[in-house]
Amino acid sequence: MSAVAQSATARRVPRARVADWVMPWLSVAAVLLLFELLPRIGVLPEKHFPPISQTLAELGDQLTQGRFWEAVGNTMQGWALGLGIAAVLAVPIGIVIGSTRLLYRASRGLIEFLRPIPSVALIPLAILIYGTGLESKVFLAAFACFWQLLIATLYGVQDVDPVATDTARSFGFSRIQRLFRVTLPSAVPYIATGVRIASAVALILTVTAELVIGSPGLGRSINLARSGGNVELMYALIIATGVLGLLLNAISVQAERRLLHWHPSQRRAAEARE
Amino acid sequence: MSARRERWLGLGLEVTVPLLALGLWAVLSAGSDTYYFPPLTEILETFADTWVFERVGSDVVPSLVRMGLGFAIALVLAIAIGLGLGLSPRARRAAAPIVEFLRAIPPPALLPFAILVIGVGNSMKVFIIAFVCLWPILLNTVDGVIGVDLTLRDTARVYGIGTRDRVWRLMLPAASPQIFAGIRTAVSLALIMMVISEMVASTNGIGYFVLQSQRSFAIPEMWSGILLLGLLGYALNGGLVMIERRLLRWHRGARASALG
Repeated sequence: MSAVAQSATARRVPRARVADWVMPWLSVAAVLLLFELLPRIGVLPEKHFPPISQTLAELGDQLTQGRFWEAVGNTMQGWALGLGIAAVLAVPIGIVIGSTRLLYRASRGLIEFLRPIPSVALIPLAILIYGTGLESKVFLAAFACFWQLLIATLYGVQDVDPVATDTARSFGFSRIQRLFRVTLPSAVPYIATGVRIASAVALILTVTAELVIGSPGLGRSINLARSGGNVELMYALIIATGVLGLLLNAISVQAERRLLHWHPSQRRAAEARE
Repeated sequence: MSARRERWLGLGLEVTVPLLALGLWAVLSAGSDTYYFPPLTEILETFADTWVFERVGSDVVPSLVRMGLGFAIALVLAIAIGLGLGLSPRARRAAAPIVEFLRAIPPPALLPFAILVIGVGNSMKVFIIAFVCLWPILLNTVDGVIGVDLTLRDTARVYGIGTRDRVWRLMLPAASPQIFAGIRTAVSLALIMMVISEMVASTNGIGYFVLQSQRSFAIPEMWSGILLLGLLGYALNGGLVMIERRLLRWHRGARASALG
């Protein structure tokens, strides 16, 4: 390689790296600027699109208010209970069904039929049985998450390396020991991916229930802001809900990485997007 | 137990257990005088009265049109944008934070926004369905294009194959298994958003019918609507699996031969 070419590549590498780093910030700034200027010069109707600075100011104001945090708390409560109940039910059931072949065959038809039912179809039923409070929210979120987690657990249990199972068996491990030493550890990455997807699903169903049924929470606040004509508040709350979604996703990705740092599939799991 | 007998037993169980479950529901609910859980026979009678074919034109067709239109728009946009982002690392980096944020917003939270800006008509529902279906297909297209085998890419470049052929004959086919994974997620999302948008603001559609039945305490009608939505979900899923099996037959074949 000639000296000129070498110095050219040497110069290009750091510059490319700076561009990598600056690019995302530039595009965020551009979008924010666009949503500030377009309403001001009248390209977007200001009635429906207030300049972004006003929305962000409203968001900052909300962050200091107890009512806002109460709504966030309500939403988080529905999310956590729904996801938790689904996990407590789906993971043991998935392990039992997944490790018995005949039981798996027997339940497969039923699962394949029940799983595609859109959980939002059950909203009217939830209102009838549980009313408009927290229970409805939790029921819908738990129902939707249950299938995600059950399928993930089933896949995980069935994907256990047969050589590992046979080795454990020939070393005289009992069924229970095999379950805890072989089956569960190799199913955990699948379950973790299932939990990450189910976490997003739980948030969606919680917000849906708040919006449609009117249970207290961010979803209802957004709808109230719209019907009350407070457009800045509506956008501020939508942004807050998005940030909540980002945070929950980041937390579950981090937890998964920390919990499963020992497992080679962690590298693959990172690619499996919902 | 011989392997053959076990296979037949398994197949038998797979067919009989759902039927048994249905039978159990029928028997348990037969004498039911619980207001919220009417007998299965009554639900089925109402189902036949309501959906064959009285309300097909007034509720089912509008629902399906909204869903199909929204999904189709999302599909075209997502693949086009996904190809662009997949081929250009710079564009990908620039778009990443915006895509990540928009995708993280729980879709129903955008409904009030859509109602405010577009109104309560059909275009609002098509918009919200398209918007929600966009992300899974888009992200999977990007991942699929990035994941195209380097040797294939280099070969195409060495042979001087033009951009157009490269996209149509190399990138899209190679990314299609991944794109299909996105499509499957998107279709179930489309159904969900159709139902929600009709529940929140509509004067017809299956979602509207189900919620309205509940509000007027027409419980068997409500159950028949839930049943219809379940069947719809099942049919969409089954149809998609069949299409995928046909379109991606070469992929399964290639994978199997590479493994075997």
